[in-house]
Amino acid sequence: MSGQPMTKTADMAAFDRRNADWYIDKLVQVLVFIGGISAIIFVVGIFAFVTKEGFGFILDRFDFQEFFTSPYWYPADEDAPEYGILALIAGTASVTGLAMLVAIPFSLGTAVYIAEFASGKTRETLKVLVELLAAIPSVVWGFIGLSIMNPLIIELFDVPVGLNVLNAGIILGLMAAPIMTSIAEDALKAVPDRYREAAEAMGATRWQVIYKTVLPAAKNGLLGAVLLGVGRGFGETMAVLMATGHSINMPGSVFDSVRALTATIAAELGETAVGSDHYQVLFTIGIFLFLITFVINLTADLIVRGIRKG
Amino acid sequence: MNTSSQAIGNEQLDLAIQTGKLNLWYGTFQALFDVDLDIKQGIITSLIGPSGCGKSTFLRSINRINERLGYVRIDGSINVFGNNIYAPGVELVQVRKQIGMVFQRPNPLPISIRDNVLFGYNLHSEGKRAERSEQDDIAEDALRQVLLWDKVKDRLNSKATELSLEEQQKLCIARLLPVKPGLLLMDEPCSALDPKGTEAVEELIWELRGKYTILIVTHNMAQARRASEECIFMLMGKVVEHTATEDMFVTPGKQETADYIEGRYG
Repeated sequence: MSGQPMTKTADMAAFDRRNADWYIDKLVQVLVFIGGISAIIFVVGIFAFVTKEGFGFILDRFDFQEFFTSPYWYPADEDAPEYGILALIAGTASVTGLAMLVAIPFSLGTAVYIAEFASGKTRETLKVLVELLAAIPSVVWGFIGLSIMNPLIIELFDVPVGLNVLNAGIILGLMAAPIMTSIAEDALKAVPDRYREAAEAMGATRWQVIYKTVLPAAKNGLLGAVLLGVGRGFGETMAVLMATGHSINMPGSVFDSVRALTATIAAELGETAVGSDHYQVLFTIGIFLFLITFVINLTADLIVRGIRKG
Repeated sequence: MNTSSQAIGNEQLDLAIQTGKLNLWYGTFQALFDVDLDIKQGIITSLIGPSGCGKSTFLRSINRINERLGYVRIDGSINVFGNNIYAPGVELVQVRKQIGMVFQRPNPLPISIRDNVLFGYNLHSEGKRAERSEQDDIAEDALRQVLLWDKVKDRLNSKATELSLEEQQKLCIARLLPVKPGLLLMDEPCSALDPKGTEAVEELIWELRGKYTILIVTHNMAQARRASEECIFMLMGKVVEHTATEDMFVTPGKQETADYIEGRYG
C-alpha cells in the first residue's frame, strides 16, 4: 500500500457471486424469523378468535352489572336466561386462594431446601423429582381429587360431599407447587454468593443468612413465582372441574362445592349451539380469563425481569 | 515497634493470633504446610506472596469462613487472643463476631446503608433490639470511624449497592465495628478499587491502627510497605519470613523473599 500501484485489478464479477451458502443463509434467516414471531401471531390469533366469538354478546346483550355482580348463572333457561358470573369468579378465586395457602409454604420450603441446604446428589434428585411432579397431567390430579381426597374429606370432616373448595384447593396447590418451586429456586440461586458469605462472616447463623439476606434479596423472584402459581390456578380446568363438585354456589366455607370459570366453559361449550347467546357468553368468560391470566403473567414476568436488572 | 517491647513478660497475652503446625487441605490438595505464626496485637500485619501461596487460605481459616466450602480439612491449632478457635465447644457465631472480615470485592448487602452498618450489631444483640436513637448513634459512630459519615449522612436509607466501590468497601469495614471485634481480617481489600480509592482505604486502615489488630493480605508490595508494621512472606503454603516490614523490604533474610520483592516471580 505504500504508494505502489495495485497490480491486480479487482475482479468485479467475484464480488456479487452468490453460492449455495448464501441462499441457505437467507432461507434460514427467514425460517428463524417466522419461528420467532409465530408465538406472537398465535397469541394474537387466539385472542382475536376468542374476541370475535364473544363479541356479539358483549355488543348486544352484555350487562356489565349483571355479568360481574349477579351470582345467578342460568344461561340455558329458555325464557329468562341469566348470565351472572359472580359465583363462578368466587369459585375460581376461593379455590385459587386456598391453593396458594397450600402451595406457598410447600414450594418456598422446597426451594429454600434445594437452593440453600441440599447439595450434590440430593439436590439433583430433588430437582428431577420436582420436574416430574410438574409433568403429571391435570386429569390425573383430578382423578386423585375424585377418588382419594373425596372419601378422605368425607370421613375426616364428617361432611356429606368431599368435592369442594378444600379438595380442589389442595389438589390445585399441589399442582402449582412444582412450577413455583422451580421459579423460586431460580430466584434464590440468582442471589450472589458473596451476600451469603458477607452475612456468614459477620456471624449470621444459617437461618439468619436465609431470612435476613437471601430471602429479601430474592423477594422479587419469589413474588413472581407466587404470581405464576396464581395464574396457573386461574387457568387450570380439568382438575378443578373434577374436584370442586361443579355446582354453582357462593362459597360460605371450604366444605361448599363450587364451580370455576374455566370448568364452566369446558363443561358447557359442547352443549351449546354455535353462535347462540349461551355460546357467546362462554367466550366472553374466555376473554375475561384471558385478560386476567395475561395481566398476572405479565406482572410476574416484569417482576422476575426486575431482579436481573438489580 | 513499641508493642514488641511491651511483650516482655506476658508474651501470650500480647498475641492476637498464634498458630501451631497448621496444615490445611482442600479435598486432597494441601494448601498450608506447618504454618507457625505469632501475630501481635494492636498492629497491622501484612501477608504477601505470589498467587496461590496460601495467604488468603490462611486468612480465611482464622474466622473459619473457609468451612463454607465443606471439603476443607484442618490440622493443627489456631489460637486467637489465647483461645483455640477450633476447640470442640467453640461457636462459629462467636468466633466471627470477634473476628471481622473484609473481602476482596466489596460485598455490602442489598439493603440500606444504615441496615448494613447495623446488620452485625442486630445479629448479635440477642433479640433485644436497641432503641432507634441508640442504633442511630452506633451507626454514626461506625461510619465516622471509617471516614464515611459526612458523605452518607443524608442518604442512610438509600441502597448500599449504589455507593462507589471505595465507599462500599469502607462501609464493609464500618459494619464490622459496632460488635467491637478485636481482630480485623482483610483479604486484598483494595484490589477492586482504583488508585484513588486504594489510597483512601489504605489511609483508613492506617487510621484504625492501634484500635484493632489488623491482618491484611495484599498483592501489592508497595501497599504492604506503606500500610503495615510487620510483614509475613508466604510461598507454596509455607511461611518463609516474618519480620518488621521495614526490615523485610530493606534487608530480606531469605533469598526467596528478596527475589519476590524484587519482582523476579509472582
